[in-house]
Amino acid sequence: MKLQKSTSLALVSVLEAAANPDRQVAAAEIAEKYDVSPHHLAKVLRELGRAGIMESARGVGGGYRFTGNARRLTLMDLIELFEDLSGRAGDEERIAATAEDRALGRVLAEIDEIARATFRSITIDTMLKLVERERHAAAAPQAAAV
Amino acid sequence: MQADDLDQVIAIDARVTGVEKTDYWYEVFHRYGTRGGRQRFCFVAELDGAVEGFVVGEVRDWEFGEPPCGWVFGISVRPEARLGGVATRLLETICGAFRSAGVTKVRTLIARDNHLVLSFFRSQGMMAAPFIPLEIDIA
Repeated sequence: MKLQKSTSLALVSVLEAAANPDRQVAAAEIAEKYDVSPHHLAKVLRELGRAGIMESARGVGGGYRFTGNARRLTLMDLIELFEDLSGRAGDEERIAATAEDRALGRVLAEIDEIARATFRSITIDTMLKLVERERHAAAAPQAAAV
Repeated sequence: MQADDLDQVIAIDARVTGVEKTDYWYEVFHRYGTRGGRQRFCFVAELDGAVEGFVVGEVRDWEFGEPPCGWVFGISVRPEARLGGVATRLLETICGAFRSAGVTKVRTLIARDNHLVLSFFRSQGMMAAPFIPLEIDIA
């Protein structure tokens, strides 16, 4: 399963904001860190704002603040805002055509089902812990080398 | 887990799963309770003498060709007692028992649609194991 650019942007934006719940995260800061178009990012942030996951503040020091529940909000909740994972478009007709197509459809559906279950099981809070683990793992060899 | 805890354990399990399995739990207690030995464990979490939750597991040797590891195959918390860290304490306790038994890895198996328990184990840092569970209808 490959996520669209908007979905990936939404995920990293929420992670950035949820990691710093006490401060506003500037959109420009996220755009620069992930080397993405500020215009594209603004559209994604607006969608997150409409969903009640991020809140924007204008003016000096303005930016975005995470307003969701990190222990309840899952990766699947965010992905579903930007993608339709209910089925592969156009597959229904093709799957019905031959036994080979139906068999292939079953295997692909199995993969999708596992992916959906994985996304549903991981909350933003769990992702933040994973990010910390990655950070420590990356820092450990450097610390050992000093 | 003591024999006196069994009725409350059975009640919690029945409430959470919707199926009362009295015989099963007596068998689990027989095998994993006082006679569990050094490889089988079952613990309860208590508050003011009442059972809030339980965990059951064992060390399995060379299953599927893998070195010995701890398996958690049952964990549950009374719905009113959730979000208070009870399951976390239960998991820490059984992991401590596994560690004492000499293993350094813990595994479990969860239904794909059991989002609550899947999310709990994920929140504890568990990741996908290098296995794919398979099944077939043989009726």
